[in-house]
Amino acid sequence: MLSTLPKRLSHFTGLVEQAPAAREPLSTGSQAVDGISGGIPRATLTEIVGHASSGRTGLMWSLLQRATTAGEFCVLVDVQDTFDPASAMTAGIHLARLLWVRCSGHLEHALKATDLLTRAGGFGVVVLDLSGTPGRITRRMPVASWFRLRHGAEQSGAALVVISEQIQAGSCSRVQLEVRQKQCLWSAKLLRGIAASAGLRKRNQARIASFDVSR
Amino acid sequence: MSRGEENGKPMFAALHAPGNLPVLLDCARQFSPLIEITSEDTVTFDVRGLNSLCGSLSRIANEVDRVIGVPANIAIASNPDTAVHVSRGMKGIAVIPAGQEGPTLAPLSLHLLGCPPQMGEMFQLWGIRTFGQFASLPPLGVAARLGEEGMHWQQVAQGVMRRQLRIIGESVSFARQMDLDDPILLLEPLLFLLGRFLNELCAELISRSLASNEVRLRLRLEKGAEHPVILRLPVPTTDQKMLLKLLHLELSEHPPVAAITQIRLEMEPAKPRSMQEGLFAASYPFPEKIELTVARIRHLVGPENIGSPRVLDTHKPDSFVMEPFAPSAQHPAASVPSSVRLAFRRFRPPQSATVIVERHPVHILSASARGPIQTAKGPWFTTGNWWRTDCWNREEWDVAVGRGALYRIFRDLSTEAWFVEGNYD
Repeated sequence: MLSTLPKRLSHFTGLVEQAPAAREPLSTGSQAVDGISGGIPRATLTEIVGHASSGRTGLMWSLLQRATTAGEFCVLVDVQDTFDPASAMTAGIHLARLLWVRCSGHLEHALKATDLLTRAGGFGVVVLDLSGTPGRITRRMPVASWFRLRHGAEQSGAALVVISEQIQAGSCSRVQLEVRQKQCLWSAKLLRGIAASAGLRKRNQARIASFDVSR
Repeated sequence: MSRGEENGKPMFAALHAPGNLPVLLDCARQFSPLIEITSEDTVTFDVRGLNSLCGSLSRIANEVDRVIGVPANIAIASNPDTAVHVSRGMKGIAVIPAGQEGPTLAPLSLHLLGCPPQMGEMFQLWGIRTFGQFASLPPLGVAARLGEEGMHWQQVAQGVMRRQLRIIGESVSFARQMDLDDPILLLEPLLFLLGRFLNELCAELISRSLASNEVRLRLRLEKGAEHPVILRLPVPTTDQKMLLKLLHLELSEHPPVAAITQIRLEMEPAKPRSMQEGLFAASYPFPEKIELTVARIRHLVGPENIGSPRVLDTHKPDSFVMEPFAPSAQHPAASVPSSVRLAFRRFRPPQSATVIVERHPVHILSASARGPIQTAKGPWFTTGNWWRTDCWNREEWDVAVGRGALYRIFRDLSTEAWFVEGNYD
């Protein structure tokens, strides 16, 4: 009986490793974007960059919506304090499963909080939202801090996602997704959404995916 | 009887040692939280489930005998009354197997039964001296002569009476207090004392199978002032290192304003958290661990800037409260995955703007949006709370500026001032 225990345990461990929630990349909510990027990988650093109204925040919200719906806990480190809970709830994000850290423009606080929460373990997605932070401030961030954040994500298994205007982490990020607005979609008296495109910065610049960000 | 069968059935141990009630209670607490003070010299407690820890019933009895430390009679039986009567009537250790209660009780003197004095006198007149003699009387005759109460005592004498223990309700206080001869000025010696207090209190809680979800520290300062610190935890814990670190962070953030002359630390007892994790369920941060991380970040960003937002039931813009983040394994209600939705990034506070209007806004100048407005859709009017000071009355527009940057702007109709509320992204 005891002699077969290691074999039984290895079989059991194999089952755990195949658990879909633990290993599969996260979906962005757009099949086209998932098609070119393979989804948002876990246990590493991903950058989603784009200008204001490009659809980058919509992608991030879609990621949080899917993760919280699947029962995962997520973190949003909001450097400029621009997260709107009412709109997020309308978009389907389970706010009770979201830990929101408002940093009121303090980048050092944001980095420290992201580092602590990435290493804490148990979170599916950790988002560092740098949007709106002036480039002269983000450029001061040492490269070592990005290595440290990536290492924390590798240890805890969380998908660490950085949202900003420009690439910040450089070689530390595995996936760099650049989002651009193609056009605004209007109806008679309403803003209907954005037609956007996403391209991979690192792997193949030529691969572009188009998607709609609807209101 | 196999050990598995023993584990499932209720078994009770009775300890009898005249004049040693505190010793009996201390001994019983080391084995079970379900304790009854049957009389001034007898304590009964539930030993169900101890088989997996100690072994057979005989071994449990021997272990109790080893722990108790004073001469005492120990009896284990399947019901409390049998255990009590055997412990009072037989010296040493007695383990009564299930089904053997009646024969074991039979030779005991009837004065041990504890029935009312009038009933005892009646037994004397009838010539009934032992449990066995009373137990063998015809039940119908007992019912006719002694009524329902007589039947009850006959069942006790037969060893078949089942009842629950009358659990003692202790009002135990988990607190430590120290008056200091030399007032404490620095945090380090204070933490040294708090660490010692937490160590002792956590050990006491653990010995009673309890934990704590609230820690109250009261520091009396020179000149009579007080400095209270209250830690409310999302789940009960006995992790003294974590509690000490939380107190450290709290005292670093809000240090006492004068030297400390008295320390009082109280821990509110609560049942420890117990739950079964799902094998394929999504992982989640353990509340005990995340509380310390959240406390560190709270120290950085302020208590109002970390938590889970809860949207308030009002149409007033940006109405929400921050609630403590309390992760649990509970799965949320499933919702259909939607497509990528337009997000709104809110400027706090709204940015003041200068807007030129020609039937609709045509030009804007603000910190984030500046230049001609390409497209403007609106207006949308919202108003509310007109009877209160926090009322709002505004005209909203969605506008595209420059190369397609989308903003929501509004005009406060009470002041005619324009603001940029945020941008769509």
